[in-house]
Amino acid sequence: MTGPARAMPPAPFEGFAHRHLLGIEGLTASEIAVLLDRSESYVELNRGAAKKQATLDGRTIVNLFFESSTRTRTSFELAGKRLGADIINMSVSTSAIKKGETLIDTAMTLNAMHPDVLVLRHPDSGAARLLSDKVNCAVVNAGDGSHEHPTQALLDALTIRRRKGKLEGLRVAICGDISHSRVARSNIHLLTTMGASVRLIAPRTLVPSRVETLGAEVFHDMARGLEGCDIVMMLRLQTERMQSALFPSLREYFRFYGLDYDKLAAAKPDALIMHPGPMNRGVEIDSLVADDFGRSVIREQVEMGVAVRMAVLEILTANLARTAQKNL
Amino acid sequence: MPKHPSPSRPTAYVNARLLDPASGLDALGGLLVEGEKIAAIGKDLFRDGARWRVPEGAAEVDCRGLCLAPGLVDMRVLSGEPGEEHKETLDSLGHAAVAGGVTSLVCLPNTTPVIDDMSVAEFIARRARKVGMSKAYVYGAATKGAKGVELAEMGLLAEAGALAFTDGLNAVANARVMKNALAYASSFDLLIVQHAEEPALAQGGAMNAGARATRLGLSGIPAAAEAIMVERDIRLAEMTGARLHFAHVSTAESLAAIRRAKDRGLKITCDTAPPYFALTEADVGDYRTFAKLSPPLRSEDDRRAVVAALKDGTIDAVASDHIPEDEEVKRLPFPQAAFGGIGLETLLPITLELVHNRELAMLDALRLVTAAPAKLMRLAAGELAAGRPADFVLFDPERAWQVDADKLHSKSKNSPFDGRAVQGRAVATYVDGRAVFAAESDRR
Repeated sequence: MTGPARAMPPAPFEGFAHRHLLGIEGLTASEIAVLLDRSESYVELNRGAAKKQATLDGRTIVNLFFESSTRTRTSFELAGKRLGADIINMSVSTSAIKKGETLIDTAMTLNAMHPDVLVLRHPDSGAARLLSDKVNCAVVNAGDGSHEHPTQALLDALTIRRRKGKLEGLRVAICGDISHSRVARSNIHLLTTMGASVRLIAPRTLVPSRVETLGAEVFHDMARGLEGCDIVMMLRLQTERMQSALFPSLREYFRFYGLDYDKLAAAKPDALIMHPGPMNRGVEIDSLVADDFGRSVIREQVEMGVAVRMAVLEILTANLARTAQKNL
Repeated sequence: MPKHPSPSRPTAYVNARLLDPASGLDALGGLLVEGEKIAAIGKDLFRDGARWRVPEGAAEVDCRGLCLAPGLVDMRVLSGEPGEEHKETLDSLGHAAVAGGVTSLVCLPNTTPVIDDMSVAEFIARRARKVGMSKAYVYGAATKGAKGVELAEMGLLAEAGALAFTDGLNAVANARVMKNALAYASSFDLLIVQHAEEPALAQGGAMNAGARATRLGLSGIPAAAEAIMVERDIRLAEMTGARLHFAHVSTAESLAAIRRAKDRGLKITCDTAPPYFALTEADVGDYRTFAKLSPPLRSEDDRRAVVAALKDGTIDAVASDHIPEDEEVKRLPFPQAAFGGIGLETLLPITLELVHNRELAMLDALRLVTAAPAKLMRLAAGELAAGRPADFVLFDPERAWQVDADKLHSKSKNSPFDGRAVQGRAVATYVDGRAVFAAESDRR
């Protein structure tokens, strides 16, 4: 058969063919590297004066937040705007969602308006997955319950990679409320996939059952856990998710698991200090440590967040065009 | 399936593989029904060489070698009626039951209102009789409102027909209330049934605690929540001398405790439900809310322990644990979704998996869903014998089919076995000699 070649549908984004970003679990090292490399290219753009591109011109992104969040929402909003997309924010106050049916109801309503990407933050684990089954657009999980927060892990990895030049072979400590932390889970998946070793440091009451099966090592003594670590990642104590007394008092918590210079001395001298924010100063982290200009990269994490989210939005949108084509 | 002659005429069911766990009968033969009762049963009954010759005046039904067993006795079923008729009515429940070969079922007290009053017990019995499908019996609540605080009127409820006493979906959490319930019930020789789960340990949990819950970011219910209450209640039963039954036991540790108690001669019995020997926590997959059950689906080691306990007799019976829940409460993010799955129509095929997998002999598997629960509930059912009600099921143990929740008769579609390929299905079901169900593809 001869004739003009048919126009091929746009290819998926080279090296990352997923439709949604629901979690880090299941991604390969090369897929993660693709996301990080793409993010890297946006860091310089964001530092320049002309920050705006037209990559996502005409695309619609909806930020659907069932939990209050300023930094993640703003970060996605900025990312979308810098790529030229129309982005709207829908914050559903937690008091209005006594029952989760509004998740599906809201999703169906929004879906009818043909958004290209839905960015979801929800208090229940699995919510992003449920949403992705019900809508035609791409879904980005911006945090679901205690499950995953993939863009946070990516921005953490980008921050580390820029500072240390690699992820492989690093020893990373994640300290604090592992049980309720989606940040911890996404980071464990990402770091172990990339060849870093992960240590979890917390009292037993804040460590979920059989977490070692995720490939991390558990410590209850912070000084021992921090020994030789390249990265010290502190988690926020999520008091709102806690069922019952998991530790006796904040001062006792700080005494044994709060990061101060004494405990930090066990880590490598050039260990970086990270925190996903917002910080409870004096609870999980001493103010002096948090603000240590030489070692704390907490503000850099925020900066990387925008770059990572630009990359994620760009890549998922590129893949969306392909899937839409396929469905025709 | 065969034609269904008028009930007024005696009917001979011939050329059937008669399976009666109570008597140990497993042979080709015939069964004669007169009125509502079994008049005769036996190997080669009505057989005349290669042919069958039925008594003068009796109708003949050729069962063509199908299995003929006592109607199943399901000792753990929740009815939506009264109170939640949008989930299940006694009508839909009755139809789902007979479609699964169940001819007697025992309703949990967790209706609205709770079965803690004679009027509710009588209402259910009356409505079920009117529906005319499976026979329906009730549990009385062990405590008022099934709230675990004050004892319910067990004596009066027993007079009104309650077979045993339980707070159903709720555990009687307070040790003193449980001790009193056991002691009081034992004065009337009544059975107490416990949903063994320490509520403080289970609080907020959505699935079995362990690696999978951790991975999914779901709060876990530890296996110990069951074992702790089982151990506690065994001691309370020993203190009071009461008869105690644990419902839907799901963990290796609990079963070990129950086995020890039985060995010591205590009056302890237990049952499990098909999900606990056929599924595991892995079936939760990516947040499948139909697999959100109470107790939660457990580990593979627990599942194996349940199978072992079915084989060694530690588990006395299998009940469907039929809990109808509609989409409104199941199509939610996993932590918010309701617990429970329907099971009436999968009770037989999933139990038969134990036979197909060579874990149990046919009669032993059937005993778990017929004679054994009937004995626990002290019902004249679950047995093929002259003089007994003619409640029986014809089934094809080999017939392969795929569970399709939408095609099940229950008003709610929350089957944890949706999509599963199974073998064995009720072909026809009879209650008091009346044909109450005939499988569709076999209908003439």
